[in-house]
Amino acid sequence: MPERLPVYAAPADDPESDANLVINAPAVTVWLTAFLRDQIVIHRGFQRAIVGISGGVDSALTAFLCVRALGPQNVIGVRMPYRTSSPESLEHADIAIRELGIQSVTVDISAMVDAYLASVPEASDRRRGNVMARCRMIVLFDLSERYGALPVGTGNKTERLFGYFTWHADDSPPVNPLGDLYKTQVWALARHVGVPEAIVTKPATADLIEGQTDEGDFGISYRRADRILVYLLRGYGTERLVRIGFPEAEVLLVREKLDRTHWKRHMPTTAMLTTTSINDYYLRPVDY
Amino acid sequence: MTIQVAAAQVRPRKADYQANLEMLGDLFEQLAESTTPTDLLTLPETILSGYFLEGGVRDVARPADAVFEDILAVFRSRCVDPEAVLDVSLGFYEEYRGQYYNAALYATLTGSDHAACAARLHHVHRKFFLPTYGVFDEQRHVTRGRTITAFDTRLGRQALLICEDAWHSVSAALAALQGARIIHILSASPGTDFHGPTPGNLACWDRILQGIAVEHGVFVVYAGLVGFEGGKGFTGSSCIVDPWGKQLVAAPLLGPALVRAEIEADDVTIARTSMPLLSDLESALGDIAAHFHALAAREGPEEPRGRSDA
Repeated sequence: MPERLPVYAAPADDPESDANLVINAPAVTVWLTAFLRDQIVIHRGFQRAIVGISGGVDSALTAFLCVRALGPQNVIGVRMPYRTSSPESLEHADIAIRELGIQSVTVDISAMVDAYLASVPEASDRRRGNVMARCRMIVLFDLSERYGALPVGTGNKTERLFGYFTWHADDSPPVNPLGDLYKTQVWALARHVGVPEAIVTKPATADLIEGQTDEGDFGISYRRADRILVYLLRGYGTERLVRIGFPEAEVLLVREKLDRTHWKRHMPTTAMLTTTSINDYYLRPVDY
Repeated sequence: MTIQVAAAQVRPRKADYQANLEMLGDLFEQLAESTTPTDLLTLPETILSGYFLEGGVRDVARPADAVFEDILAVFRSRCVDPEAVLDVSLGFYEEYRGQYYNAALYATLTGSDHAACAARLHHVHRKFFLPTYGVFDEQRHVTRGRTITAFDTRLGRQALLICEDAWHSVSAALAALQGARIIHILSASPGTDFHGPTPGNLACWDRILQGIAVEHGVFVVYAGLVGFEGGKGFTGSSCIVDPWGKQLVAAPLLGPALVRAEIEADDVTIARTSMPLLSDLESALGDIAAHFHALAAREGPEEPRGRSDA
Protein backbone atom coordinates (compact mmCIF):
# COMPACT_ATOMS: atom_id res chain seq x y z
CA MET A 1 0.00 0.00 0.00
CA PRO A 2 1.74 3.25 -1.09
CA GLU A 3 1.93 5.92 1.54
CA ARG A 4 -0.79 8.58 1.24
CA LEU A 5 -0.20 12.25 1.92
CA PRO A 6 -1.98 13.77 4.89
CA VAL A 7 -4.85 15.94 3.69
CA TYR A 8 -5.74 19.35 5.12
CA ALA A 9 -9.04 20.60 3.73
CA ALA A 10 -10.42 24.10 4.12
CA PRO A 11 -13.72 24.02 6.01
CA ALA A 12 -16.75 24.40 3.79
CA ASP A 13 -19.50 26.93 4.44
CA ASP A 14 -21.84 25.40 7.00
CA PRO A 15 -25.47 26.51 7.17
CA GLU A 16 -25.64 25.26 10.77
CA SER A 17 -22.67 27.33 11.92
CA ASP A 18 -22.59 30.77 13.55
CA ALA A 19 -18.93 31.23 12.59
CA ASN A 20 -19.74 34.25 10.41
CA LEU A 21 -21.54 35.90 13.29
CA VAL A 22 -18.78 35.65 15.89
CA ILE A 23 -17.77 39.00 17.36
CA ASN A 24 -14.96 40.03 19.65
CA ALA A 25 -17.40 41.14 22.36
CA PRO A 26 -14.87 42.98 24.56
CA ALA A 27 -13.57 44.94 21.55
CA VAL A 28 -17.08 45.75 20.32
CA THR A 29 -18.02 46.93 23.82
CA VAL A 30 -15.07 49.30 23.94
CA TRP A 31 -15.82 50.54 20.43
CA LEU A 32 -19.52 51.17 21.02
CA THR A 33 -18.84 52.83 24.35
CA ALA A 34 -16.43 55.21 22.63
CA PHE A 35 -19.00 55.77 19.87
CA LEU A 36 -21.72 56.72 22.36
CA ARG A 37 -19.46 59.06 24.30
CA ASP A 38 -18.27 60.68 21.11
CA GLN A 39 -21.68 61.12 19.53
CA ILE A 40 -23.61 62.13 22.64
CA VAL A 41 -21.07 64.28 24.46
CA ILE A 42 -18.50 65.56 21.98
CA HIS A 43 -20.57 65.84 18.84
CA ARG A 44 -24.04 66.70 20.16
CA GLY A 45 -23.09 68.37 23.44
CA PHE A 46 -25.30 66.28 25.75
CA GLN A 47 -24.17 64.80 29.03
CA ARG A 48 -27.11 62.44 29.42
CA ALA A 49 -28.89 59.74 27.43
CA ILE A 50 -32.48 58.55 27.58
CA VAL A 51 -33.46 55.04 26.52
CA GLY A 52 -36.87 53.44 26.19
CA ILE A 53 -36.58 50.21 28.18
CA SER A 54 -39.03 47.62 26.86
CA GLY A 55 -37.85 44.64 28.86
CA GLY A 56 -36.19 43.12 25.80
CA VAL A 57 -32.53 42.46 25.14
CA ASP A 58 -31.95 45.27 22.62
CA SER A 59 -33.01 48.11 24.90
CA ALA A 60 -31.36 46.51 27.93
CA LEU A 61 -28.05 46.18 26.07
CA THR A 62 -28.34 49.75 24.84
CA ALA A 63 -28.85 50.97 28.41
CA PHE A 64 -25.89 48.90 29.63
CA LEU A 65 -23.67 50.44 26.95
CA CYS A 66 -24.92 53.94 27.75
CA VAL A 67 -24.06 53.41 31.40
CA ARG A 68 -20.54 52.34 30.45
CA ALA A 69 -20.21 55.44 28.28
CA LEU A 70 -21.78 58.06 30.55
CA GLY A 71 -22.14 56.57 34.03
CA PRO A 72 -25.43 55.45 35.65
CA GLN A 73 -26.19 58.95 36.90
CA ASN A 74 -26.41 60.15 33.29
CA VAL A 75 -28.75 57.53 31.87
CA ILE A 76 -32.53 57.61 32.15
CA GLY A 77 -34.58 54.51 31.46
CA VAL A 78 -38.17 55.06 30.35
CA ARG A 79 -40.82 52.37 30.60
CA MET A 80 -43.79 53.07 28.34
CA PRO A 81 -46.34 50.28 28.82
CA TYR A 82 -49.69 50.06 27.06
CA ARG A 83 -52.52 48.40 28.94
CA THR A 84 -52.08 45.16 26.99
CA SER A 85 -48.30 45.03 27.44
CA SER A 86 -47.03 41.86 29.02
CA PRO A 87 -46.42 42.17 32.79
CA GLU A 88 -43.24 40.20 32.17
CA SER A 89 -41.95 43.00 29.93
CA LEU A 90 -42.41 45.53 32.71
CA GLU A 91 -40.76 43.20 35.19
CA HIS A 92 -37.76 42.63 32.93
CA ALA A 93 -37.45 46.36 32.30
CA ASP A 94 -37.36 46.77 36.09
CA ILE A 95 -34.65 44.15 36.42
CA ALA A 96 -32.45 45.98 33.90
CA ILE A 97 -33.08 49.37 35.53
CA ARG A 98 -32.32 48.03 39.02
CA GLU A 99 -29.23 46.20 37.83
CA LEU A 100 -27.87 49.41 36.30
CA GLY A 101 -28.94 51.74 39.12
CA ILE A 102 -30.26 54.31 36.66
CA GLN A 103 -33.07 56.80 37.07
CA SER A 104 -36.31 55.45 35.67
CA VAL A 105 -39.53 57.01 34.51
CA THR A 106 -42.74 55.17 33.72
CA VAL A 107 -45.29 56.70 31.36
CA ASP A 108 -48.41 54.66 30.67
CA ILE A 109 -49.25 55.37 27.02
CA SER A 110 -52.70 53.73 27.22
CA ALA A 111 -54.62 57.01 27.52
CA MET A 112 -52.93 58.72 24.56
CA VAL A 113 -53.13 55.63 22.37
CA ASP A 114 -56.75 54.91 23.25
CA ALA A 115 -57.77 58.55 22.74
CA TYR A 116 -56.83 58.22 19.09
CA LEU A 117 -57.88 54.62 18.56
CA ALA A 118 -61.37 55.46 19.88
CA SER A 119 -61.86 57.44 16.69
CA VAL A 120 -60.75 54.53 14.48
CA PRO A 121 -62.29 51.46 16.09
CA GLU A 122 -61.79 49.45 12.91
CA ALA A 123 -57.99 49.82 13.13
CA SER A 124 -56.11 46.57 12.56
CA ASP A 125 -53.57 45.18 14.98
CA ARG A 126 -50.86 46.44 12.65
CA ARG A 127 -52.24 50.00 12.76
CA ARG A 128 -52.63 49.81 16.53
CA GLY A 129 -49.05 48.65 16.89
CA ASN A 130 -47.80 51.52 14.76
CA VAL A 131 -49.79 54.03 16.83
CA MET A 132 -48.25 52.66 20.03
CA ALA A 133 -44.74 52.84 18.59
CA ARG A 134 -45.27 56.43 17.47
CA CYS A 135 -46.76 57.44 20.82
CA ARG A 136 -43.72 55.99 22.56
CA MET A 137 -41.48 58.22 20.45
CA ILE A 138 -43.60 61.28 21.29
CA VAL A 139 -43.03 60.48 24.96
CA LEU A 140 -39.32 59.69 24.56
CA PHE A 141 -38.55 62.88 22.65
CA ASP A 142 -40.62 64.99 25.03
CA LEU A 143 -38.76 63.55 28.01
CA SER A 144 -35.53 64.14 26.12
CA GLU A 145 -36.36 67.84 26.15
CA ARG A 146 -37.42 67.73 29.80
CA TYR A 147 -34.27 66.00 31.05
CA GLY A 148 -31.80 67.38 28.52
CA ALA A 149 -30.95 63.83 27.56
CA LEU A 150 -30.36 62.52 24.05
CA PRO A 151 -32.65 59.66 22.91
CA VAL A 152 -30.63 56.58 22.02
CA GLY A 153 -32.07 54.03 19.59
CA THR A 154 -32.15 50.30 20.17
CA GLY A 155 -32.82 48.75 16.73
CA ASN A 156 -30.57 45.87 15.66
CA LYS A 157 -29.38 45.03 12.16
CA THR A 158 -31.70 42.07 11.66
CA GLU A 159 -34.87 44.00 12.35
CA ARG A 160 -33.60 46.92 10.32
CA LEU A 161 -32.96 44.60 7.38
CA PHE A 162 -36.40 43.01 7.79
CA GLY A 163 -38.07 46.41 8.09
CA TYR A 164 -39.45 45.14 11.40
CA PHE A 165 -40.05 48.52 12.96
CA THR A 166 -42.43 51.43 12.63
CA TRP A 167 -41.04 53.99 10.20
CA HIS A 168 -39.97 57.21 11.89
CA ALA A 169 -40.80 55.73 15.28
CA ASP A 170 -38.47 53.03 16.66
CA ASP A 171 -35.82 54.16 14.17
CA SER A 172 -36.02 57.88 14.97
CA PRO A 173 -33.51 58.37 17.86
CA PRO A 174 -30.48 60.19 16.44
CA VAL A 175 -27.87 57.77 17.76
CA ASN A 176 -27.98 53.99 17.55
CA PRO A 177 -25.18 51.74 18.84
CA LEU A 178 -26.71 48.37 17.80
CA GLY A 179 -27.77 49.04 14.24
CA ASP A 180 -24.87 47.14 12.67
CA LEU A 181 -25.19 44.08 14.93
CA TYR A 182 -27.31 41.10 13.97
CA LYS A 183 -29.62 39.81 16.69
CA THR A 184 -27.34 36.80 17.23
CA GLN A 185 -24.51 39.24 17.92
CA VAL A 186 -26.72 41.33 20.21
CA TRP A 187 -27.23 38.24 22.36
CA ALA A 188 -23.47 37.63 22.52
CA LEU A 189 -22.72 41.23 23.41
CA ALA A 190 -25.53 41.35 25.98
CA ARG A 191 -24.08 38.34 27.77
CA HIS A 192 -20.63 39.92 27.72
CA VAL A 193 -21.75 43.19 29.33
CA GLY A 194 -23.86 41.41 31.92
CA VAL A 195 -27.45 41.84 30.81
CA PRO A 196 -29.43 39.47 33.06
CA GLU A 197 -29.89 36.04 31.50
CA ALA A 198 -33.68 36.16 31.88
CA ILE A 199 -33.71 39.08 29.47
CA VAL A 200 -31.22 37.57 27.03
CA THR A 201 -32.90 34.18 26.74
CA LYS A 202 -36.56 35.16 26.57
CA PRO A 203 -38.28 35.14 23.15
CA ALA A 204 -37.98 38.54 21.49
CA THR A 205 -41.27 40.36 21.13
CA ALA A 206 -42.42 43.76 19.95
CA ASP A 207 -45.17 43.28 22.59
CA LEU A 208 -47.67 45.22 20.53
CA ILE A 209 -50.17 42.36 20.50
CA GLU A 210 -50.67 39.82 23.28
CA GLY A 211 -48.62 36.67 22.74
CA GLN A 212 -46.70 38.16 19.80
CA THR A 213 -43.09 37.07 19.14
CA ASP A 214 -40.69 38.43 16.55
CA GLU A 215 -39.81 34.98 15.26
CA GLY A 216 -43.50 34.08 15.00
CA ASP A 217 -44.02 37.21 12.89
CA PHE A 218 -40.99 36.41 10.71
CA GLY A 219 -41.65 32.72 10.13
CA ILE A 220 -37.97 32.00 10.79
CA SER A 221 -35.72 32.16 13.84
CA TYR A 222 -33.35 35.09 14.25
CA ARG A 223 -30.36 32.78 14.28
CA ARG A 224 -31.24 31.11 10.98
CA ALA A 225 -32.18 34.44 9.41
CA ASP A 226 -28.89 35.98 10.51
CA ARG A 227 -26.86 33.16 8.98
CA ILE A 228 -28.63 33.78 5.66
CA LEU A 229 -28.46 37.58 5.87
CA VAL A 230 -24.69 37.51 6.32
CA TYR A 231 -24.31 35.78 2.97
CA LEU A 232 -26.96 37.86 1.18
CA LEU A 233 -25.30 41.10 2.25
CA ARG A 234 -21.95 39.73 1.15
CA GLY A 235 -23.45 39.44 -2.33
CA TYR A 236 -24.23 35.72 -2.59
CA GLY A 237 -27.26 34.79 -4.69
CA THR A 238 -30.10 32.45 -3.74
CA GLU A 239 -28.70 29.59 -5.81
CA ARG A 240 -25.37 29.72 -4.04
CA LEU A 241 -27.01 29.78 -0.61
CA VAL A 242 -29.04 26.72 -1.53
CA ARG A 243 -25.81 25.06 -2.70
CA ILE A 244 -24.29 25.80 0.72
CA GLY A 245 -27.19 23.94 2.27
CA PHE A 246 -29.76 26.53 3.28
CA PRO A 247 -33.38 25.52 2.58
CA GLU A 248 -34.57 27.43 -0.46
CA ALA A 249 -37.83 28.42 1.24
CA GLU A 250 -35.92 30.08 4.08
CA VAL A 251 -33.60 31.91 1.71
CA LEU A 252 -36.53 33.21 -0.31
CA LEU A 253 -38.38 34.27 2.84
CA VAL A 254 -35.41 36.26 4.13
CA ARG A 255 -34.67 37.70 0.72
CA GLU A 256 -38.25 38.84 0.25
CA LYS A 257 -38.28 40.67 3.59
CA LEU A 258 -35.01 42.35 2.71
CA ASP A 259 -35.98 43.33 -0.81
CA ARG A 260 -39.35 44.89 -0.01
CA THR A 261 -38.13 47.13 2.79
CA HIS A 262 -35.25 49.12 1.28
CA TRP A 263 -37.42 52.24 1.39
CA LYS A 264 -37.73 51.95 5.16
CA ARG A 265 -34.01 52.38 5.60
CA HIS A 266 -33.98 55.74 3.84
CA MET A 267 -35.16 59.26 4.42
CA PRO A 268 -38.36 60.32 2.61
CA THR A 269 -38.08 60.50 -1.17
CA THR A 270 -37.88 64.12 -2.28
CA ALA A 271 -38.62 65.16 -5.87
CA MET A 272 -35.44 66.56 -7.38
CA LEU A 273 -35.80 69.71 -9.44
CA THR A 274 -32.41 71.41 -9.22
CA THR A 275 -28.70 70.68 -9.11
CA THR A 276 -28.68 71.73 -5.48
CA SER A 277 -31.18 69.09 -4.37
CA ILE A 278 -30.49 68.23 -0.71
CA ASN A 279 -28.72 64.90 -0.23
CA ASP A 280 -28.55 64.42 -4.00
CA TYR A 281 -26.27 67.29 -4.98
CA TYR A 282 -25.98 69.33 -1.80
CA LEU A 283 -24.11 66.89 0.40
CA ARG A 284 -23.00 67.48 3.96
CA PRO A 285 -22.39 64.74 6.54
CA VAL A 286 -24.45 64.54 9.72
CA ASP A 287 -21.65 65.91 11.88
CA TYR A 288 -20.67 68.79 9.61
CA MET B 1 22.33 59.91 10.79
CA THR B 2 20.09 59.55 13.85
CA ILE B 3 16.58 60.87 13.40
CA GLN B 4 14.01 61.43 16.13
CA VAL B 5 10.74 60.46 14.51
CA ALA B 6 7.23 60.99 15.86
CA ALA B 7 3.73 60.25 14.62
CA ALA B 8 0.65 61.79 16.19
CA GLN B 9 -2.93 60.60 16.05
CA VAL B 10 -5.51 63.24 16.81
CA ARG B 11 -9.20 63.94 16.42
CA PRO B 12 -9.73 67.05 14.29
CA ARG B 13 -12.76 69.27 14.75
CA LYS B 14 -15.00 68.82 11.76
CA ALA B 15 -14.46 71.48 9.11
CA ASP B 16 -12.90 73.87 11.66
CA TYR B 17 -9.57 74.84 10.10
CA GLN B 18 -8.60 77.40 12.74
CA ALA B 19 -9.38 75.09 15.66
CA ASN B 20 -7.32 72.35 14.05
CA LEU B 21 -4.40 74.72 13.50
CA GLU B 22 -4.55 75.53 17.21
CA MET B 23 -4.56 71.82 18.01
CA LEU B 24 -1.42 71.53 15.90
CA GLY B 25 0.05 74.36 17.92
CA ASP B 26 -0.65 72.43 21.14
CA LEU B 27 1.19 69.48 19.64
CA PHE B 28 4.16 71.63 18.61
CA GLU B 29 4.32 72.93 22.18
CA GLN B 30 4.28 69.41 23.58
CA LEU B 31 7.12 68.38 21.31
CA ALA B 32 9.10 71.48 22.25
CA GLU B 33 8.77 70.60 25.95
CA SER B 34 10.59 67.31 25.42
CA THR B 35 14.27 67.13 26.28
CA THR B 36 14.81 65.17 23.06
CA PRO B 37 14.08 67.41 20.08
CA THR B 38 11.89 65.80 17.46
CA ASP B 39 13.24 65.97 13.91
CA LEU B 40 10.30 64.59 12.00
CA LEU B 41 6.56 64.54 12.77
CA THR B 42 3.94 62.69 10.74
CA LEU B 43 0.26 63.56 11.10
CA PRO B 44 -2.79 61.80 9.65
CA GLU B 45 -4.82 62.31 6.50
CA THR B 46 -7.14 65.38 6.46
CA ILE B 47 -5.91 66.48 9.87
CA LEU B 48 -6.98 70.08 9.28
CA SER B 49 -10.65 69.31 8.63
CA GLY B 50 -11.69 65.73 9.35
CA TYR B 51 -12.14 63.16 6.60
CA PHE B 52 -15.84 62.70 5.73
CA LEU B 53 -16.81 66.13 4.40
CA GLU B 54 -18.76 65.25 1.24
CA GLY B 55 -19.50 68.59 -0.47
CA GLY B 56 -17.90 70.41 2.45
CA VAL B 57 -14.50 69.86 0.83
CA ARG B 58 -15.05 73.11 -1.03
CA ASP B 59 -15.47 74.97 2.27
CA VAL B 60 -12.17 73.86 3.78
CA ALA B 61 -9.81 73.25 0.86
CA ARG B 62 -6.83 75.58 0.68
CA PRO B 63 -3.72 76.01 -1.48
CA ALA B 64 -0.72 74.14 -0.10
CA ASP B 65 1.29 77.38 0.10
CA ALA B 66 -1.37 78.92 2.34
CA VAL B 67 -1.46 75.86 4.60
CA PHE B 68 2.33 75.92 4.84
CA GLU B 69 2.31 79.60 5.80
CA ASP B 70 -0.37 78.95 8.42
CA ILE B 71 1.38 76.01 10.09
CA LEU B 72 4.68 77.88 10.01
CA ALA B 73 3.03 80.83 11.75
CA VAL B 74 1.54 78.52 14.39
CA PHE B 75 4.89 76.82 14.90
CA ARG B 76 6.66 80.13 15.41
CA SER B 77 3.97 81.46 17.73
CA ARG B 78 4.06 78.37 19.95
CA CYS B 79 7.79 77.54 19.96
CA VAL B 80 9.95 80.07 21.75
CA ASP B 81 13.24 78.67 20.46
CA PRO B 82 14.26 80.65 17.35
CA GLU B 83 16.68 77.84 16.43
CA ALA B 84 13.97 75.16 16.48
CA VAL B 85 13.60 73.05 13.35
CA LEU B 86 10.91 70.46 12.74
CA ASP B 87 10.02 68.59 9.56
CA VAL B 88 6.30 67.84 9.28
CA SER B 89 4.05 65.84 7.00
CA LEU B 90 0.29 66.28 7.27
CA GLY B 91 -2.87 65.71 5.29
CA PHE B 92 -5.37 68.33 4.16
CA TYR B 93 -7.90 69.08 1.45
CA GLU B 94 -6.13 71.13 -1.17
CA GLU B 95 -7.34 73.59 -3.78
CA TYR B 96 -4.92 73.50 -6.71
CA ARG B 97 -5.44 75.04 -10.13
CA GLY B 98 -9.19 75.11 -9.77
CA GLN B 99 -9.61 71.57 -8.50
CA TYR B 100 -9.79 69.88 -5.12
CA TYR B 101 -7.46 67.15 -3.93
CA ASN B 102 -6.98 64.94 -0.90
CA ALA B 103 -3.36 65.98 -0.37
CA ALA B 104 -0.41 65.75 1.98
CA LEU B 105 2.45 68.18 2.33
CA TYR B 106 5.97 67.84 3.66
CA ALA B 107 7.56 70.97 5.08
CA THR B 108 10.47 72.11 7.19
CA LEU B 109 9.34 74.50 9.93
CA THR B 110 11.74 76.77 11.75
CA GLY B 111 11.48 78.89 14.88
CA SER B 112 12.74 81.93 12.97
CA ASP B 113 14.55 82.92 9.81
CA HIS B 114 17.81 82.57 11.76
CA ALA B 115 17.55 78.81 12.32
CA ALA B 116 20.17 76.40 10.94
CA CYS B 117 18.10 75.76 7.83
CA ALA B 118 15.36 77.56 5.97
CA ALA B 119 11.65 76.99 6.40
CA ARG B 120 10.37 75.43 3.23
CA LEU B 121 7.50 73.59 1.64
CA HIS B 122 9.28 70.61 0.07
CA HIS B 123 6.57 68.57 -1.52
CA VAL B 124 2.84 68.09 -2.04
CA HIS B 125 1.47 64.61 -2.73
CA ARG B 126 -2.03 64.34 -4.14
CA LYS B 127 -3.75 61.07 -3.31
CA PHE B 128 -3.21 58.72 -6.23
CA PHE B 129 -5.78 56.02 -5.44
CA LEU B 130 -9.11 57.51 -4.37
CA PRO B 131 -11.37 54.99 -2.62
CA THR B 132 -14.88 55.20 -4.04
CA TYR B 133 -16.73 52.19 -2.74
CA GLY B 134 -18.75 51.32 0.33
CA VAL B 135 -18.37 54.06 2.89
CA PHE B 136 -15.87 55.96 0.72
CA ASP B 137 -16.87 58.50 -1.93
CA GLU B 138 -13.67 60.36 -2.73
CA GLN B 139 -13.82 60.49 -6.51
CA ARG B 140 -17.11 62.30 -6.21
CA HIS B 141 -15.53 65.16 -4.29
CA VAL B 142 -11.84 65.36 -5.17
CA THR B 143 -9.61 64.85 -8.19
CA ARG B 144 -7.09 62.03 -8.39
CA GLY B 145 -3.42 62.90 -8.13
CA ARG B 146 -1.24 61.80 -11.05
CA THR B 147 2.19 61.24 -9.53
CA ILE B 148 4.02 59.47 -6.73
CA THR B 149 7.32 61.23 -6.24
CA ALA B 150 10.17 60.91 -3.76
CA PHE B 151 11.82 64.14 -2.64
CA ASP B 152 14.99 65.25 -0.87
CA THR B 153 14.98 66.73 2.62
CA ARG B 154 17.56 67.55 5.27
CA LEU B 155 16.73 64.11 6.73
CA GLY B 156 17.21 62.19 3.50
CA ARG B 157 15.00 61.21 0.63
CA GLN B 158 11.40 60.51 1.55
CA ALA B 159 7.94 59.95 0.08
CA LEU B 160 4.33 60.46 1.10
CA LEU B 161 1.42 58.09 0.53
CA ILE B 162 -2.17 58.64 1.60
CA CYS B 163 -4.25 55.72 2.87
CA GLU B 164 -5.42 53.63 -0.13
CA ASP B 165 -2.22 54.58 -1.98
CA ALA B 166 -0.47 52.18 0.38
CA TRP B 167 -2.93 49.33 -0.25
CA HIS B 168 -1.50 49.07 -3.78
CA SER B 169 2.00 47.64 -3.54
CA VAL B 170 3.01 49.49 -6.68
CA SER B 171 2.79 52.85 -4.84
CA ALA B 172 5.46 52.05 -2.29
CA ALA B 173 7.51 50.37 -5.04
CA LEU B 174 7.47 53.61 -7.06
CA ALA B 175 8.52 55.59 -3.99
CA ALA B 176 11.33 53.20 -3.09
CA LEU B 177 12.60 52.95 -6.67
CA GLN B 178 12.95 56.75 -6.63
CA GLY B 179 15.15 56.50 -3.59
CA ALA B 180 12.78 57.07 -0.68
CA ARG B 181 14.23 55.78 2.60
CA ILE B 182 11.34 56.88 4.78
CA ILE B 183 7.77 56.46 3.55
CA HIS B 184 5.09 58.37 5.42
CA ILE B 185 1.61 56.89 5.29
CA LEU B 186 -1.14 59.27 6.33
CA SER B 187 -4.42 57.56 6.97
CA ALA B 188 -8.06 57.88 7.99
CA SER B 189 -9.12 54.26 8.39
CA PRO B 190 -12.62 53.46 9.68
CA GLY B 191 -12.80 50.41 11.94
CA THR B 192 -14.62 47.38 10.50
CA ASP B 193 -15.03 43.66 11.13
CA PHE B 194 -14.70 43.16 14.87
CA HIS B 195 -14.37 39.39 14.74
CA GLY B 196 -10.78 38.71 15.73
CA PRO B 197 -8.24 40.14 18.14
CA THR B 198 -7.93 43.35 16.09
CA PRO B 199 -10.44 45.01 13.76
CA GLY B 200 -10.23 43.68 10.22
CA ASN B 201 -9.03 46.95 8.68
CA LEU B 202 -6.22 47.16 11.19
CA ALA B 203 -5.12 43.58 10.61
CA CYS B 204 -4.78 44.51 6.92
CA TRP B 205 -2.80 47.62 7.79
CA ASP B 206 -0.39 45.62 9.93
CA ARG B 207 0.34 43.31 7.00
CA ILE B 208 0.63 46.20 4.53
CA LEU B 209 3.00 48.29 6.63
CA GLN B 210 5.24 45.35 7.42
CA GLY B 211 5.16 44.28 3.78
CA ILE B 212 6.20 47.71 2.50
CA ALA B 213 9.05 47.94 4.99
CA VAL B 214 10.41 44.46 4.26
CA GLU B 215 9.98 44.47 0.49
CA HIS B 216 11.68 47.80 -0.02
CA GLY B 217 13.92 48.14 3.03
CA VAL B 218 12.41 51.42 4.14
CA PHE B 219 11.22 52.98 7.35
CA VAL B 220 7.46 53.37 7.44
CA VAL B 221 5.84 56.03 9.58
CA TYR B 222 2.07 55.57 9.81
CA ALA B 223 -0.27 58.18 11.31
CA GLY B 224 -4.00 57.48 11.63
CA LEU B 225 -6.92 59.69 12.55
CA VAL B 226 -8.88 58.86 15.69
CA GLY B 227 -12.38 59.74 16.86
CA PHE B 228 -15.75 59.16 15.25
CA GLU B 229 -17.25 60.98 12.31
CA GLY B 230 -20.91 60.05 12.37
CA GLY B 231 -21.02 56.32 12.98
CA LYS B 232 -17.57 55.78 11.50
CA GLY B 233 -14.77 55.44 14.04
CA PHE B 234 -11.12 55.69 12.99
CA THR B 235 -8.65 53.14 14.27
CA GLY B 236 -5.61 55.28 15.14
CA SER B 237 -2.85 52.76 15.82
CA SER B 238 -0.14 55.07 14.53
CA CYS B 239 3.20 53.33 14.38
CA ILE B 240 6.79 53.33 13.20
CA VAL B 241 8.18 50.28 11.38
CA ASP B 242 11.86 49.64 10.70
CA PRO B 243 13.30 48.36 7.37
CA TRP B 244 13.20 44.76 8.63
CA GLY B 245 9.45 45.05 9.20
CA LYS B 246 9.67 45.30 12.97
CA GLN B 247 7.09 47.58 14.55
CA LEU B 248 9.16 49.81 16.83
CA VAL B 249 6.24 51.45 18.57
CA ALA B 250 2.46 51.69 18.15
CA ALA B 251 -0.30 53.85 19.58
CA PRO B 252 -3.62 52.50 20.85
CA LEU B 253 -6.69 52.01 18.69
CA LEU B 254 -8.66 54.81 20.30
CA GLY B 255 -7.80 58.26 21.51
CA PRO B 256 -5.15 60.87 20.77
CA ALA B 257 -1.56 59.73 21.19
CA LEU B 258 1.99 60.44 20.15
CA VAL B 259 4.46 57.71 19.24
CA ARG B 260 8.13 58.31 18.82
CA ALA B 261 11.28 56.41 17.99
CA GLU B 262 14.92 57.11 17.40
CA ILE B 263 15.90 55.68 14.05
CA GLU B 264 19.22 55.27 12.28
CA ALA B 265 19.03 56.23 8.61
CA ASP B 266 21.86 53.75 7.87
CA ASP B 267 19.57 50.87 8.78
CA VAL B 268 18.03 51.20 5.34
CA THR B 269 21.34 50.30 3.73
CA ILE B 270 21.99 47.46 6.15
CA ALA B 271 18.53 45.98 5.64
CA ARG B 272 18.77 46.26 1.86
CA THR B 273 22.12 44.50 1.90
CA SER B 274 20.77 41.48 3.74
CA MET B 275 17.45 41.47 1.83
CA PRO B 276 18.14 43.04 -1.59
CA LEU B 277 14.58 42.86 -2.88
CA LEU B 278 14.61 46.47 -4.06
CA SER B 279 17.76 45.78 -6.06
CA ASP B 280 16.09 42.72 -7.59
CA LEU B 281 13.12 44.86 -8.52
CA GLU B 282 15.37 47.45 -10.15
CA SER B 283 17.13 44.80 -12.21
CA ALA B 284 13.79 43.47 -13.48
CA LEU B 285 12.32 46.89 -14.10
CA GLY B 286 12.60 46.75 -17.88
CA ASP B 287 10.62 43.51 -18.08
CA ILE B 288 8.05 44.76 -15.59
CA ALA B 289 7.66 48.02 -17.50
CA ALA B 290 7.11 46.02 -20.70
CA HIS B 291 4.34 44.07 -19.00
CA PHE B 292 2.70 47.23 -17.69
CA HIS B 293 3.01 48.90 -21.08
CA ALA B 294 1.38 45.95 -22.80
CA LEU B 295 -1.43 45.78 -20.25
CA ALA B 296 -2.10 49.50 -20.48
CA ALA B 297 -2.10 49.43 -24.27
CA ARG B 298 -4.20 46.28 -24.59
CA GLU B 299 -6.71 46.51 -27.40
CA GLY B 300 -9.48 44.28 -28.61
CA PRO B 301 -13.12 43.45 -28.03
CA GLU B 302 -12.78 43.44 -24.23
CA GLU B 303 -13.66 46.40 -22.04
CA PRO B 304 -10.63 48.42 -20.96
CA ARG B 305 -9.22 47.17 -17.69
CA GLY B 306 -10.59 49.11 -14.76
CA ARG B 307 -13.00 48.85 -11.90
CA SER B 308 -15.13 46.25 -13.69
CA ASP B 309 -12.25 43.81 -13.35
CA ALA B 310 -12.17 44.14 -9.56
